[in-house]
Parts: sequence; structure tokens; C-alpha cells
Amino acid sequence: MKNKILPFSVIIIFGIIFFIFYKSLQDSKIYIPDVNAKKEIPVFNTKEFFSGENVKSSSIFELDKVYLLNIWSSWCVPCRQEHPLLMKLNLENKVNIIGINYKDSLKNAENFLNELGNPYKEIFTDLDGTIAIEWGAYGVPESFLIYNNKIIKKYIGPLNQELVDEINLLIK
Amino acid sequence: MKFFKFFLIVIILFPLSIVNAEDNDKRNKITKNLRCLICQGQSVYDSDSEFANSLKIVVDKKLKEGLTEDQIYEYFKTKYGEWILYDPGLNKNTYILWLLPILIFLIGGAIIYKSFIVKK
Repeated sequence: MKNKILPFSVIIIFGIIFFIFYKSLQDSKIYIPDVNAKKEIPVFNTKEFFSGENVKSSSIFELDKVYLLNIWSSWCVPCRQEHPLLMKLNLENKVNIIGINYKDSLKNAENFLNELGNPYKEIFTDLDGTIAIEWGAYGVPESFLIYNNKIIKKYIGPLNQELVDEINLLIK
Repeated sequence: MKFFKFFLIVIILFPLSIVNAEDNDKRNKITKNLRCLICQGQSVYDSDSEFANSLKIVVDKKLKEGLTEDQIYEYFKTKYGEWILYDPGLNKNTYILWLLPILIFLIGGAIIYKSFIVKK
């Protein structure tokens, strides 16, 4: 009996280890951020883009209105791609688009808006990228759909027509 | 008099540099344990990406606000999830990671004890 315990337990241990490694091999190792988590919007202080006035985040978002916060920059190429879609969304007037200008110079950003149009209801600056961190963003462009001070959905990377359709469905 | 001046300058500068060095050490330690989420296998400390540079500024700000190391980790965990930490805490997703080595060690120890020491 004693002799049997040893090989038996060795097999069981190896079985467990094999199972764990086999299972973790099947899992994707690419990090996928949680885009559906309904989080409260962060509290931060920023400056208004054109006037340079100090603004508190609590004064930006009103209850019972849908907002799309878009983090953008003039040096970001994908931002150029998604810009016409933001212009179109703004024309439809269903959602208030708020811009966060990320690590940009005022002059370049203004040129960008003059060239492609300004879809934003308000724009705020984030010179050192810390406000983007407050939002849990990874870079530019990134968009957050906000309702009642909660983030409903997060879009990492440029928006495309499919995602815009999804936004239209969500805000109906 | 000269000596006195020199002495005064040393006294004024010395404690400040210690404080600064401590802050830097703490900041380096924290940023080494934060994963740069947009880089491949780099910590925030090692990376020079826009994301990592902003994160370093946030760590500095939080240290100045007087947050402890654990509070800063907790802050980033709420923003980006457990994945941002290189040294994950014990929870329902990571308990196998923590307990498996101990379990293997105990079972292995028991086998060695039974087969070698008890036989004697």
C-alpha cells in the first residue's frame, strides 16, 4: 500500500500542473482592457482650451445629458481619421462632444481645428497627460460615452462608422 | 566666519538632498512595479513612451500629496485593473499562482520525508 501512494501522488501532482499550464496556454496573453465597466467619472482640474481659464471637472458634466469625451491631439494621425465622424455626430446633435487636447501645442491644435472643423462643445487641455491617466486612458485617440456622471462605454483607438452606429444605438 | 557660512550651507542643503533622494527611490521603486500597458514587457520605469512619462508625473504628484506606496498602487488598480501591477496581490484570480509553489513544496517534502526518513 505504501509503495502505491508515492507514484499515485506524483501522477496527481503532475496532472494538476499539466491541467493548469494547459488551461493557461489557451488564455489570450494579450491584455484586453475592460471597456464595459461602468465607472464614475474622475475628478480633475483642467484649463479651458481657448481662454486658459481654470475649470473643475464637476462643472463640465450635467446629469441627464449624454456626453462623448474624446481625447485627441493634432500630432495623432488616427485622430485625423476619426475627425469627420465626430463632425457628423455633432451635426446630429444627440450627444455633447467634449474634447481633451492631449500633450499638444495650442497653435498646432488650433490649426488642426481650423483645417478639419471643430465638433467639440468644449475643449480642455491636458499638457502633461495626467488627466488622460485620471480617465484610465492609454493614449490618443480614446473616447468615453458618459451619462449621469458614469462612463457607459470606452472606445480605445479611433472611432469608425460601426462604433458610431453603436453609439447612436446606445444613446437612443 | 567662512567656516561658519560653509557649515550653515551644508546644514541647509544636506537634509533636503536626503528627502529628495528618498522620494526618488520611492518613485523608482513604484514605477518599476507598474507595467507600461502600451509597451511590450517593459515597466513604466524602463519605458519612455508618452503613457509611461505621464504615469511617472502622476506618481510624483501622488507622492507629493502624501499617498503611501500601497495607496498609489490601489489608485492605479482602480484606473487600469490588476494587470498594471507586476507584483499582483492575493485574490481569487491569483491564488493558484501564490499557493501552488507552497503546495508543491509541502507535497514534495512529504514524499521525501516518507520515502527516505521514515524508511530509515
